[in-house]
Amino acid sequence: MKALSIRGLTKTYRNGVQALHGIDLDVEEGDFFALLGPNGAGKTTAIGIVMSLVTKSGGTVSVFGHDIDRELDLAKSCIGLVPQEINFNQFEKVFTIIVNQAGFYGLPRRLALERAERYLRQLQLWDKRDSIARSLSGGMKRRLMIARALVHEPRLLILDEPTAGVDIEIRRSMWGFLRMINAQGTTIILTTHYLEEAESLCRNIAIIDGGRIIENETMAGVIRKLAQETFVLNLRSAVAAPPPLPGYVSRMTDDHTLEVEVTREQSLNDIFARLSQGGIEVVSMRNKVNRLEELFMRLVESKGAAGARTG
Amino acid sequence: MQSPAPGTKSLAAIRRVGFQTIMRREYGRIIRIWGQTLVPPAVTATLYFIIFGSLIGRRIGTMGGYDYMQYIAPGLIMMAIISNSYGNVVSSFFGAKFGKHIEELLVAPLPNWLIVLGYVSGGVMRGLLVGAVVTVVTLFFTHIPVEHPLLVAASVLLTSVVFALGGLFNAIFAKNFDQISWFPTFVLTPLIYLGGVFYSVSLLPDWAQRLSYVNPILYMVNAFRHGFLGTSDVDLRFAFLIMAAFAAAMFAVVVTLMNRGTGIRE
Repeated sequence: MKALSIRGLTKTYRNGVQALHGIDLDVEEGDFFALLGPNGAGKTTAIGIVMSLVTKSGGTVSVFGHDIDRELDLAKSCIGLVPQEINFNQFEKVFTIIVNQAGFYGLPRRLALERAERYLRQLQLWDKRDSIARSLSGGMKRRLMIARALVHEPRLLILDEPTAGVDIEIRRSMWGFLRMINAQGTTIILTTHYLEEAESLCRNIAIIDGGRIIENETMAGVIRKLAQETFVLNLRSAVAAPPPLPGYVSRMTDDHTLEVEVTREQSLNDIFARLSQGGIEVVSMRNKVNRLEELFMRLVESKGAAGARTG
Repeated sequence: MQSPAPGTKSLAAIRRVGFQTIMRREYGRIIRIWGQTLVPPAVTATLYFIIFGSLIGRRIGTMGGYDYMQYIAPGLIMMAIISNSYGNVVSSFFGAKFGKHIEELLVAPLPNWLIVLGYVSGGVMRGLLVGAVVTVVTLFFTHIPVEHPLLVAASVLLTSVVFALGGLFNAIFAKNFDQISWFPTFVLTPLIYLGGVFYSVSLLPDWAQRLSYVNPILYMVNAFRHGFLGTSDVDLRFAFLIMAAFAAAMFAVVVTLMNRGTGIRE
């Protein structure tokens, strides 16, 4: 079953800006789905329409088969949203925020209290239950919004930049938590600027730019499309001049660091063999940028260049 | 881990609990900020009774067959109910818009008419609580008979519903804090003062009387006063018709605005 199905979705704001140009998107039940795009691409508008925070101009949206034009409340009952911006009452107590949200989704009081405790404990906020929300740190506020979105145990969880401004330790623990609830059956749609996060967590991906879907496929399939990667090689000893690597684009960034661009047809083994022949030992290696990030930049840039040519 | 499949939990049950939750939240807000919600009306009413009731009222004598303090008491209670029903909803809803936590309700599976009812109930609750506080203050200064308790209850409920809806209407359109104080200052307060709280309209010249009959608050104050004292400047059936018509029309307008997303959706 499709957790989310979008057909021909358009949005034109009153100021004339067309944020979405008829996008189609399907997310299967149980998926961990990444929706990526540069700022202003239309991600938050699309999510806003699904959540009925933004009025669509055209097209259809259904959530687990419930069309938002005909069965909006049923559709909304299936979704939990973690928005990009803080949107809880900063003057309420943490526990009250969660319990109230449970009530808005129809959970009886006793169940709401139980669930609030469960999710605050899972997100390491139980000690802060009586704190005024305003006093929480940025990371705690993000986790509070996740707990709030989960309290009615939605079938579809939508996270709009959930780890923005969160330190790496908390981000990693949030990843673990999201993997766990996805494994338990919750469909997750994630938008993020951390492409490493999307590559690590998500199985399927759509890239949106200028209000259009420019890529929509499995994460593995997208990564395979990356025609060229740049690797950074750390060398054991200082090298005065760049080693000869015919057929490769390479450069020394300092006397211990070599950058090499490798296309899909070329091989890292070949590079290592040539370096070994030259007496150069490699102690470690990494991608210059995250693979998904590299692909993302190329897709967005090539579309921009095409737009410039046609426009 | 997950909720039952959609549709298995009845929407009626979700709505019932959702409505109770909005009401509980609004009640909690009124009680939490009691220094802003319940105390000021008591202080204001006390000052009115001291100045207009004791000091000036003693020189005025009787009005409508009652001493002046008794005559103005229902009007002062109604004035507090009107301004607090209005003030509660306008500040709560605009605060939620301003702080973006209105989105908690907008993404929940609750229809807009229910959200409107929830906020209006909050306004009515505050109107009733403040009305009770001011009534207690009144009893320190004068005795007020209750001739028709049902009329008192009906007029309080209808009036607080109308002004709670008015507060919501204001909050929907407001874009900043100035815009939520403009209407109470320049429209509501003059209408209350010219609505027969402190005098019988029969004391006014003909043209002023005719003008007063356009003021809906005149009907509310007089219906309420009739419930207490059995005296009124207006026809009661017409007064209740006006209140019911205002309540129904404003409910329809506010729900339509919410459905359109005016002021709350992009």
